[in-house]
Amino acid sequence: MVTALDNDITDIKADNIGDFTFPERNKFDAGFGVSPRTVDYISDVKNDPDWIREFRHKALDIFNSKPMPTHWATKDLENIHFEEFRYYLSDGQKPKRSWDEVPEDVKRTFERLGIPEQERKFLAGVEAQYDSEAAYSNVKKVLEDQGVIFVNSTEGLHKYPEIFRPWFGKVIPTSDNKFSALNSAVFSGGSFIYVPKGVKVSHPLQAYFRINSEQFGQFERTLIIADEGSEIMYMEGCTAPKFETSTLHSAVVELVAMKGAKIQYVTVQNWSSNVFNLVTKRGIAHEDAEVRWIDCNIGSRLTMKYPGVIMKGKRARGEVISIALANSGQHQDTGAKMIHLADDTTSNVVSKSISIGEGRSTYRGQVHIPKHLKGCKNNTECDALLINSSSRTDTYPAISVKGNKHATQHEASVSQVSEDQIFYLMQRGLTEAEAMSLSVNGFINDLVKEFPMEYSVELKRLIDLEMEGSVG
Amino acid sequence: MPDTLTAPASLATTAPTPSADLPQWFAERAATAWTTFESLPTPGIKDEHWRYSNAKRLDPAAFHRATPAPESAEAEAVASSIGLSDTAARFIFVNDQLVQSDTHALPEGVICETLTDALIKHPDVVQQHLMQREAALGSAKFAALHLAHVQAGIVVIVPKNVVVENPIEVFHWVATENAAIFPHTLIVAGDNAAVTVVDHYRTLGDIPAFSCAVADFVAQPGGRITYAHCQELGNAATALHVSSTSAHRDAQIKSFQVQLGAAFSRSESISDLLGQGSRSDMISISLPTASQVVDQRTLQHHAAPHTGSDLLYKNALYDTSRTIFAGLITVDEGAHFTDAYQTCRNLINSEEAEANSMPGLEINADQVKCSHGSTSSPVSDEELFYLKARGINDHDSRKLIVQGFLEDTLSRLDHEPLRHLIEQRIESKLASIA
Repeated sequence: MVTALDNDITDIKADNIGDFTFPERNKFDAGFGVSPRTVDYISDVKNDPDWIREFRHKALDIFNSKPMPTHWATKDLENIHFEEFRYYLSDGQKPKRSWDEVPEDVKRTFERLGIPEQERKFLAGVEAQYDSEAAYSNVKKVLEDQGVIFVNSTEGLHKYPEIFRPWFGKVIPTSDNKFSALNSAVFSGGSFIYVPKGVKVSHPLQAYFRINSEQFGQFERTLIIADEGSEIMYMEGCTAPKFETSTLHSAVVELVAMKGAKIQYVTVQNWSSNVFNLVTKRGIAHEDAEVRWIDCNIGSRLTMKYPGVIMKGKRARGEVISIALANSGQHQDTGAKMIHLADDTTSNVVSKSISIGEGRSTYRGQVHIPKHLKGCKNNTECDALLINSSSRTDTYPAISVKGNKHATQHEASVSQVSEDQIFYLMQRGLTEAEAMSLSVNGFINDLVKEFPMEYSVELKRLIDLEMEGSVG
Repeated sequence: MPDTLTAPASLATTAPTPSADLPQWFAERAATAWTTFESLPTPGIKDEHWRYSNAKRLDPAAFHRATPAPESAEAEAVASSIGLSDTAARFIFVNDQLVQSDTHALPEGVICETLTDALIKHPDVVQQHLMQREAALGSAKFAALHLAHVQAGIVVIVPKNVVVENPIEVFHWVATENAAIFPHTLIVAGDNAAVTVVDHYRTLGDIPAFSCAVADFVAQPGGRITYAHCQELGNAATALHVSSTSAHRDAQIKSFQVQLGAAFSRSESISDLLGQGSRSDMISISLPTASQVVDQRTLQHHAAPHTGSDLLYKNALYDTSRTIFAGLITVDEGAHFTDAYQTCRNLINSEEAEANSMPGLEINADQVKCSHGSTSSPVSDEELFYLKARGINDHDSRKLIVQGFLEDTLSRLDHEPLRHLIEQRIESKLASIA
């Protein structure tokens, strides 16, 4: 079995990347549906402090009282049946500190997904989440010596409440939207990172999330705090195998960049095409701080994700770089929110989407510049590429500018790969599919460069695989 | 002339009473529209079509149906109706009553009548085209109110191959405080026919008033329609303009709007490109000052292949004014080879002004060229410096820059006298800005 897996690794297709499961061996299972009992069960298993238990219950009430946002979002949300999901699964074992101690089947999963053991040496630390809890974590000793905390969120709230609690739920309040409320009620896993003043983490920290169990909802919660003058890059990857029934992933990610700090958050998501991926991500940038979201969405049935930056201090900077690829049966509803709350703040949004087959990609953006500020700038560019005649793309930005001391610009375009271009490449001996693939890679090339090297290589490969069979 | 001492009944409770001379189908539609108006809720703040805006600004309870104005007011309105010098036809309505018309210069065969006359003389054509397109951009309730009460306005039907050289000009005045008027414009251009129509909406003095206007444009294959509407109601007034255009094969429709007056002005414009080779141009100029709000919603709907649309909305904002632009281009499945553009530019001239733009695209076809852009910025210091260095004072420099900013909208209007008229209206508004 192991060798069979290893052998076919070279000719796997995008469709079945990550499409494999191992037997579930969950010691803890909160069962189907979400109720005050589910919340208590999770709190008991996780040995939550009272304030967290209270926080969860309050969040559940908010979740139940909020309607689905279908007055602006897709009606596909109505196909989510909250009672059909399991909200907590865990094998009850503590996160492993060394790769050797990780159970063999979990290890094989991650190896197939391409978190190679060798990379451990390069990457500063790996936090891998398997269903609800982190299976493996390791932070390089050097980082620990510098005072960098990189643990899962449960450990974070238990061991470092004095750092964790003041910011937890402050960037994204529980009542922000229905799914952030759900996450707040049943969250488990995710990372907690604290970078002390002036520490520049030279290597990226990495996390991998994977759903292994059917009808399971994954609700990780990540909080990253970069103290004054510090710098950090965090990368996450996500996958799930194909199940018969739909699966829900609803994460909340909060970033806090204190004065002069820089946070880069990189996501490469390749969920299988039955995952509802409804994620709330937002960062606060204080004076002179910078928050960058670098986002790549491939896969999932419906992704709704609008990373935001609240520029709270003077000269703060926010950026969203986003690539979305929607194949048949998929809807990538992504975008960005830029909230300017101080003078001389600048934001930049560059979004590129590719729709293949009957795929649909949507850009939704919000830029908000309130009164009595000066010198705020926003630049937004969204480009969409349609591959087939049944592909679909939408753009819905909202830009609100008050006062005459700001400059905003928004531009969007929709285009196809031109026949001339394909002809030119085919004339030089490429097949139509290769020509198309090359053109698509060219379309996103300037954004791919923003990703760390190992991710940009993987990304190009994933796009090649997605393009297969889309022409001819 | 009725001179009631008691306050007139509010619009919200005045059921329509169409004249017995009008066709039965029309009375029935008015009655149905009234039921629709009563049953539809006022759009709330969660309604995407009212984002950044407020439907309560169009509260019918604040107004009553306009009744005929005193003769002196009618005479004043007629004297102030100065527009184009050469027109094919001219109509002046005051409080929804026709007070003057002149149609002698119309080419033969062209039907150009008031709506009431057209309903009696050409009921079939009116029935076929009157408000057939649903008001899909948020004002279904108010469009129903219009249909329930509509009497004023004109119907223009241009037969095949007839070109009406000079524009048809219509003035709609409100002369009474808190009065509401319901002007309608219905234009049907036959195969390869062409016509230009200009609507002016005004009040006598800065009285609170409500103009609830709807316009329908149908261009048959090869037909050309140019339509301009100049909204210059008083600064306390409320304006609504809901328009829909249907462009059939190779037809061209150009619509211009100039938003200068009213405390709250909302326009909803739908362009349906139904036939191959059809084209729609949508152009707008707004110059809001004080606390004026200009709220514009548009839809460019491409239902056939090889169609084109181009939208250019320009706003120069002053004081505490606000603009809202929400545009959408939708390209239907199969509407390949579409060229669609949408641009909204805001020039913000004060610290307190607010510009909101929501330019949207929904593309379901292939081989499409679509783009949209939106910008908001102040007058550039460099441009200002350049002019001032040449001895032009600050006020005049800014005015020149605003005029320059609006230039590329006006240059799209290929009818020289009409362009000159619009320039004049803009000039008079600019002159009032300190």
